[in-house]
Amino acid sequence: MKYTQGSYIIAEKMAIARNIYSFTISCPEVAEAAVPGQFVHIRAKGFTLRRPISICGIDKEKGTLRIVFEIRGQGTEEIAKLNKGDLIDMLAPLGHGFTVKPDAEKVILIGGGIGTPPMLPLAKIYGEKAVAISGFRNSSAAILQDDFKATGAEVILCTDDGSTGIHGFVTQPLKELAEKGGISAVYACGPMPMLKGVAAICKENGIFCEISLEERMACGIGACLGCACRTKRNDEEYFAHVCKDGPVFNAEEVLW
Amino acid sequence: MADLSVNVCGIDFKNPIIPASGVFGYGREYEELFPLSKLGGIATKGTTLHLRTGNLAPRIAETPSGMLNSVGLQNPGIDHFISTELPNLLTKDLVILANIAGATPEECAEVAAKLDDTDVHMIELNISCPNVKQGGAAFGTSCDMAAEVTRKVREATKKPLVVKLSPNVTSITDIAKSVEAAGADAVSLINTLLGMRIDINTGRPILRNNVGGMSGPAVFPIAVRMVWQVANAVNIPVIGMGGVSSGRDAIELMMAGASAVQVGAAIFTDPYAPVKIIDEMNEFLDSKGIKSVKDIIGTVKPW
Repeated sequence: MKYTQGSYIIAEKMAIARNIYSFTISCPEVAEAAVPGQFVHIRAKGFTLRRPISICGIDKEKGTLRIVFEIRGQGTEEIAKLNKGDLIDMLAPLGHGFTVKPDAEKVILIGGGIGTPPMLPLAKIYGEKAVAISGFRNSSAAILQDDFKATGAEVILCTDDGSTGIHGFVTQPLKELAEKGGISAVYACGPMPMLKGVAAICKENGIFCEISLEERMACGIGACLGCACRTKRNDEEYFAHVCKDGPVFNAEEVLW
Repeated sequence: MADLSVNVCGIDFKNPIIPASGVFGYGREYEELFPLSKLGGIATKGTTLHLRTGNLAPRIAETPSGMLNSVGLQNPGIDHFISTELPNLLTKDLVILANIAGATPEECAEVAAKLDDTDVHMIELNISCPNVKQGGAAFGTSCDMAAEVTRKVREATKKPLVVKLSPNVTSITDIAKSVEAAGADAVSLINTLLGMRIDINTGRPILRNNVGGMSGPAVFPIAVRMVWQVANAVNIPVIGMGGVSSGRDAIELMMAGASAVQVGAAIFTDPYAPVKIIDEMNEFLDSKGIKSVKDIIGTVKPW
């Protein structure tokens, strides 16, 4: 199975910050197939288009997936109304995930705001080899820091206003670590300006870098060609699609 | 179990349901979910003479009971379709409507000529794409242009020729009559309605192309009206589409005069929509004791 569509029971729901929810969904066949970096496409009652949400946790033993999402508009607001025990309609798992490097010595995971959740499954895999740098607007928007600590990863927290952690952007600690050397890979998800900054630092220091992008999408599986993203392949410009070719791209492929 | 088979321009369909061009690619992505043989046919992604990269993103926006798209006919070109996609589709036991488009009547004719030597069952000529600057909608909004491009394509192919009409016109029946006179074997309608959304926080249109084609349940009543008007105005079959999302919708469009029905945006909401629609049509016909779906085509009794 590559992907499937079905209705699954929400085993757990938590509000983890203002307008940010965590669902744990019981979906054994989806959990079995899912890899870090993929996403699920969720139907919102009363809406034509599904909403793509990145996967924040994969538990193949329990047969569950975890998603963490923010209410961004009416569609995600509708999804957030679902409760524990309700059915959630998902088309999943979708997209091309992160490249895990088994012989990596040290990797850096960078999450900006609601781009932080897809970094957690990588932290689970890399454990102590990972440095998880997360950036948020302020301390009350900070999420998942305990989850990252539980994986054994080194955790660095940044806030735009300095209300907790480092006062500044995630690119600051990244730059310091990158210049020290010994980094096998950098993985990032977050706002475009952040990703652009991360990609530039990695390029300068010759570090393998993968980024996860988002775009408005319809089908979620590569049929409708809605979620175009300008990339470069074999030196030629190519409109890739976030849902099928991504959401994870090698940073050097993306035309900013 | 009612007989769901229909015949359009001499081509037999096992059922009247066809995923519309643009939502279903060349079928590969949905094969993962159900066998394509369940479908009556497939209208393939609009294909042009050469590769087209399409418009910049965002290309998609949600609207009340619908959506906008401005993909801009991104496609790999007709040669790639014929060499790489068509052989796969030909093994799937469904009618293939190869949807084509072009910037000039000559380009459309050249694409059709290439398909004439293949085993595609029908050609659906798109004269109504709202998302490309040249050709596309421009052909579909003038009777003379619509007739000219139809005539050129007609000369290039012996395949059954379906011309896909734009609803963004003053009189869709006049356009339908023009393409019928120019040699179309059938018409399909409606393509999307031109629409626009603006993000009021940024003052920017949501679509990078500013405007795009609207589809989804919101346009269904317009589709019913236009199918009914066109079916009454021409003597060639009408393939109906526009916001169909249930078996009841498909039945309604056939009562209005459609000989077959395409399904578009509903597939984004529920990827199994075409298969469910076929089952629902069957249930409806059985519940009414109607033996063949052909018996409902054009049976609306207007006041």
